[in-house]
Amino acid sequence: MAGQGTTTDAAPADTGRHAYLKNGEARRPRIGPGLRTFLIFAVLVGLGALIFPSSYFYRVGTLVWINTLAVTGIVVLLGYVGLVSLGHAGFFAIGAYATAILPSYGIPSPLAMLAGVGMAGGLALIVGRPILKLSGYYLAIATLGLGMLIWMVLSKEAWLTGGPDGMVVSGMNARNLFKLVGLKLKSAEAWYWVAGFAAATGAAIAVNLARSPSGRALRAIHDSDVAARSLGVDVARAKSRAFVISAIYAAVAGALLALANGYITPETGGFMHSVEMVTMAVLGGATSVFGALVGALILTALPQVLTVFADYEHMVLGGIMVVTMIAMRRGLVPFIADLWNRRKS
Amino acid sequence: MSLEIDGIGIAFGGIKAVDDVSFTAKPGEVTSIIGPNGAGKTTLFNLVSGVYTASAGRVRIDGQDVTGLPAHALARRGMARTFQNLQVFPQMSALDNVMTGCHMQEKSNLLADLLGLGSARRETQKSRASAMAALARAGLAELAHRPASEMSYGQLKRLEIARALVTGCTILLLDEPAAGCNAVETREVDDLIHAIAAEGKTVVLIEHDMRMVMRISSHIVVLDQGRKIAEGGPEEIRQNPHVIAAYLGAHGAAEAEAAAHA
Repeated sequence: MAGQGTTTDAAPADTGRHAYLKNGEARRPRIGPGLRTFLIFAVLVGLGALIFPSSYFYRVGTLVWINTLAVTGIVVLLGYVGLVSLGHAGFFAIGAYATAILPSYGIPSPLAMLAGVGMAGGLALIVGRPILKLSGYYLAIATLGLGMLIWMVLSKEAWLTGGPDGMVVSGMNARNLFKLVGLKLKSAEAWYWVAGFAAATGAAIAVNLARSPSGRALRAIHDSDVAARSLGVDVARAKSRAFVISAIYAAVAGALLALANGYITPETGGFMHSVEMVTMAVLGGATSVFGALVGALILTALPQVLTVFADYEHMVLGGIMVVTMIAMRRGLVPFIADLWNRRKS
Repeated sequence: MSLEIDGIGIAFGGIKAVDDVSFTAKPGEVTSIIGPNGAGKTTLFNLVSGVYTASAGRVRIDGQDVTGLPAHALARRGMARTFQNLQVFPQMSALDNVMTGCHMQEKSNLLADLLGLGSARRETQKSRASAMAALARAGLAELAHRPASEMSYGQLKRLEIARALVTGCTILLLDEPAAGCNAVETREVDDLIHAIAAEGKTVVLIEHDMRMVMRISSHIVVLDQGRKIAEGGPEEIRQNPHVIAAYLGAHGAAEAEAAAHA
């Protein structure tokens, strides 16, 4: 899968860095790569808000940013370290359900969110150590099992989770956040901005990580486990960290989805959702946070557009995916970045 | 630091790939391991560097038993290596490859790395500076920003040396560093290894190029079918009838002779 690419990390931003390094140290940009990524995302969030004609568009836009955030976690795990997880919807659902369930026990939404994220991270830490000894498809199957377990608990324990019918999420509304600073937004608009901000922050963090000492160690494991060890990298520890980080991304995204939709079902933790996350990452380009955005955008927005063709929706989507994987195996963003670089040089 | 190998061995499915091999590599010297293909040279390196776990024998660094320590723990005790079948990071630039070698010296924590704090960026700056110096030393300074996947075999061999050097190692295991190098490059690698040993590092070398081995080794260990069949200075080895029979052969002996008179 995406484990075989040949570019490093965030493709467009990366080429920028190489460009300035080639021209000598003098032309160093004034802002760091993380902040630059944040600003690019912020501009895109703003652009969306400028052109959206209705609440419906804001709702789809919110979904795009939430998915981008979750897929950024996959980028860290799959793109940076080369580990495939088919169970990340489980972590997503833990974030979502904690945010849904805990307020009915008197815990305020923000704390419930934090608790959910903590639980997902904690579970990833505990389960990660034994599971991450596996690699390749063995790891994929083990994580798939983990995701299934979580999904089963969510759909069977009806007293707590509402069972297969799902449950209503009460509590926080993002509108109130904006009211505090005197902005009156519709609920859909407010969640759009919150989700966009979360995705931008997540992307900036992932880009910072890629350029940091810890990130280089992760990318080293991707390319050669043996060499990374010989340089003093504690591979088990590094993998575990990446697993926890990516679980946290998924859980934050899940919590946001629960709050923004006001309703959740066990399907948020289902196998198909896990597959969808990985597909988004691979389609956009798993080595880059911009790949996460492009993949999430296409696979979130396109089904909305394709509803016009109702019966053919899945065919068209499937076709796009097959063609993309054949023609540009490393995903859209690295492919386009390569074309661009070749034209320049 | 001296590296002491004491009766080390490993068997794969009943076949003793390395059997009861002992030798000591001293600081400031180049100790070479030679022998025909399949003699167990690379397996020996994998045993010493913690890639495989020895089924017999001990490894000591300055008298301290380090047998069975995982590879990353051995790296922290000052051992670095290169690989016969190249283990570079092809997705990274040459510079990033070498910067990864600075891992053990980088003192930033994960949170600082995620938030892109000043401490993380300073560590990266420091690593970049020492990686550039190591690249220059390996003669690769102009290729710093080239993706490793676009470099030649000989260049990648030297890239691995640079990456190992930058770890701040005291013991360096080099597995066929001159493979794929032309005569000029071989001479450069030769000089580089000589300089590394002269700094007081313990260098252990696996190499097929007999001219190079005879020129830079202080001590030579000869393996055949997993066992040590001879050990000594270049002069001794060159004249050892067992070594000539098992490995050097007529051609190798002539090359070694040529090196001696060069």
